[in-house]
Amino acid sequence: MFKFIFKRILTAVPVLLAVVTVTFFLIRSAPGGPFDSEKTVSPEILENLNIHYRLNDPLYLQYLDYLKNLLKGDFGPSFKYPGRTVNEMIFSGLPITFELGLYALLTAMAFGIISGVFAALKPNTLQDYVPMSFAMAGICMPSFLLGPLLVLIFGIWLNWLPVSGWGDAQGDKILPTITLGASYAAYIARLTRTGMIEIMSMDFIRMARAKGLSEPIIVIRHALKGGILPVVSFLGPATAGLLAGSFVIETIFQIPGLGRFYVQAAFNRDYTMIMGATIFFSALIIIFNLISDVITVWLNPKLKHEIFKGA
Amino acid sequence: MKHLPNKGLCLLVLAILLNILFFACTDKRKTNVSQGTKNQILHMGNGTEPQDLDPHIVTGVPEHNIISALMEGLVSEDPKDLSPRPGMAESWSISKDRMTYTFKIRKDARWSNGDQLTSDDFVFSWRRILSPSLACEYAYMMHYLKNAKKFNKDEITDFSKVGVKAIDSHTLQVTLESPTPFFLSILSHFSTFPVHRQTIERFGAIDKRGTKWTRPGNHVGNGPFILKRWELNKIIVVEKNQLYWDAQKVRLNGINFYPVENQSTEERMFRSGQLHITSTLSSEKIAVYKEKSPELLKIVPYLGTYYYLFNTLKKPFDDPDVRMALAMSIDRKKIVEKITKGGQIPAFSFTPPDTAGYTPKANIPFDIKGAKELLSKAGYPDGKGFPPAEILYNTSEGHRKTAVVIQQMWKNALNIDVTLVNQDWKVYLNSRKTKDFHIARAGWIGDYADPNTFLDMFVTGGGNNHSGWSDAVYDDLIEKASKTVSREKRFELFQEAEKILLNQVPIIPIYIYTNSSLIYPDVKGRHPNILDHHPYKYIFLSSED
Repeated sequence: MFKFIFKRILTAVPVLLAVVTVTFFLIRSAPGGPFDSEKTVSPEILENLNIHYRLNDPLYLQYLDYLKNLLKGDFGPSFKYPGRTVNEMIFSGLPITFELGLYALLTAMAFGIISGVFAALKPNTLQDYVPMSFAMAGICMPSFLLGPLLVLIFGIWLNWLPVSGWGDAQGDKILPTITLGASYAAYIARLTRTGMIEIMSMDFIRMARAKGLSEPIIVIRHALKGGILPVVSFLGPATAGLLAGSFVIETIFQIPGLGRFYVQAAFNRDYTMIMGATIFFSALIIIFNLISDVITVWLNPKLKHEIFKGA
Repeated sequence: MKHLPNKGLCLLVLAILLNILFFACTDKRKTNVSQGTKNQILHMGNGTEPQDLDPHIVTGVPEHNIISALMEGLVSEDPKDLSPRPGMAESWSISKDRMTYTFKIRKDARWSNGDQLTSDDFVFSWRRILSPSLACEYAYMMHYLKNAKKFNKDEITDFSKVGVKAIDSHTLQVTLESPTPFFLSILSHFSTFPVHRQTIERFGAIDKRGTKWTRPGNHVGNGPFILKRWELNKIIVVEKNQLYWDAQKVRLNGINFYPVENQSTEERMFRSGQLHITSTLSSEKIAVYKEKSPELLKIVPYLGTYYYLFNTLKKPFDDPDVRMALAMSIDRKKIVEKITKGGQIPAFSFTPPDTAGYTPKANIPFDIKGAKELLSKAGYPDGKGFPPAEILYNTSEGHRKTAVVIQQMWKNALNIDVTLVNQDWKVYLNSRKTKDFHIARAGWIGDYADPNTFLDMFVTGGGNNHSGWSDAVYDDLIEKASKTVSREKRFELFQEAEKILLNQVPIIPIYIYTNSSLIYPDVKGRHPNILDHHPYKYIFLSSED
């Protein structure tokens, strides 16, 4: 197992290096620089800005410098926000994006798995159709529609919950969590249903029934472990998606997370901030995929066997 | 064990129900607005996250809104007409030739840490903004000072040659390059504000960009408020500064600035009582508020012009007749009524009307028949043989709609086809700068209330003159105006210059911008004006009429 993890981490290094290199040269080849604005900056001022941020150096030197600093864990100063470093900005937004992602993931799993299991127990009945219709609606409804809709109902018409903010007023985390979690809950519900239906028709379940075990015990003790396997392998990309995809939610609900910085940085040509956020998100995606693979292997005896034989 | 799942489920359902019940029972939560009005705390939507709070680094409106609460220049602005009022200077005198200004710095002027503010602070600060390696984008605001431009361009290094001198600790003498009638209004621009020398030097050198001196706890200012809290992308909180010279006039106890970029989010925050004022309002919402709650909607003309720009170096736009034909066939009234819908004013000349008392006399007529004649005179009768051309705009729904309508107007009136090209903001700016366009949309917001800020941008080789247009007589008129003392004579020169500009049409003025925002009636003492500047010391909150 350790060998498997170690190997995966080793392969991550060239992947990250490729991300760094491609991003570095791509953003610099995009037309327009960080200091272009409606009011044109005079050539002398521009020259001094370029000197300050070392944009006058040959590109390969800038690249090598960047790599050198990166190894020290230094993402450099932000071009758009002169008094801030990229590290500072990432670490001010990250805990909030993480918290939001975590709540959304837990909500999605709770709702998704429960309704998926219920649907799978009596397929093609009302107990199946109702939650699955909701799931379908959840998948189809984009968050930029669901968010404002929930705000309108619960924030403005009913006036139960705050319309924006994060940790400022009682209950202001509820609507963003639901909005972000909704479509993932829907996916998880569908995946759980599929997985559970397959498992429930297997021999060992029939065996358990024959032994006279009660239905809840069969579901929870025996079926669930295999039934949610598709969910577990979905969790890796889902977690990464939740973190990276929080941009829309952060904008709608005015949450000071990392997603907003990332998108703004691209528009502003804030080179260092784009680099920092891209590297960070890539690393997160790699890590979460790894974790989800490890859990899948651990839950699935068939895979475990193959990997250990291969290793 | 057997019943556990059911129990768990029951608990979950119960928890959800209780939660909903709880929120349903806590009726009508207290809002920022009601609380704020009671405690004199103003809650303001403020557009984007400020780049920084260093007046010598930043350039934007959100930054202006915060800096003008924290700092003050030699003069301040009248809340109604923005005319110069005493600020750090309690009085000033101007020499006969209007080249030398002598400011008396008030004795009770203090920094927020208690230090006395002296004329040396201004000399230091102006040296800072003009330091070439600080690379201040607004340094040109100070170029009216004698030798300032040379110092800023590193042509001279001796700052004592620049026209600012501390005669004694409370007398500041300023010498200009030429009589600059709007010089006093420039002094209320944040780029001329003083910074606290010891603080700047504690966190870096005079010309060091991006130090931490602007953070709460480090920041030392001289304005009516002091910086208390700054959470990235979330909030900036300022509190009343008891050491401010005019503190007894300041009625607000504090201001909370929220960087809300999304217009819809901001509008929802306003509706739910989280904001007293929004920074903007989308054009779709303007119609709704006009009908349902006109008392909350404020639409005010702004010192800015939305225009189209020709690349006069490219055929067929090198021909003034072609440019004029296109300019004459745009129905501006239709654009502001059907597309922008924010009370914008159709623009037939470039400088907005009543800019510091100047209203352009020349204008571009809306005359389709005349336009057709001009186009055939230029060799394209009924649009025949007109080469393919493009309208370039930065990606935005509003710009797209306007471009579509203009495309249609040209097709109907002149039978010419243009295509639309949209580019991401920075790509678009780059295309404009490198003159890689035929016709581009553009906007210009005046830096100060004077026609000069509009007309001097089209001089030959001007940094913002992307049209490639050049006219020696025009250049001469602008140059003369900068040296003319008499207001009437200056305005005459500007009238002549504007006439040339509108005859040659390197640009097509389309409309004068307006500022639309939502404001609760609780906010008092905030007067509409063309720069959208609202000195906070005159603002207060009251739910009474």
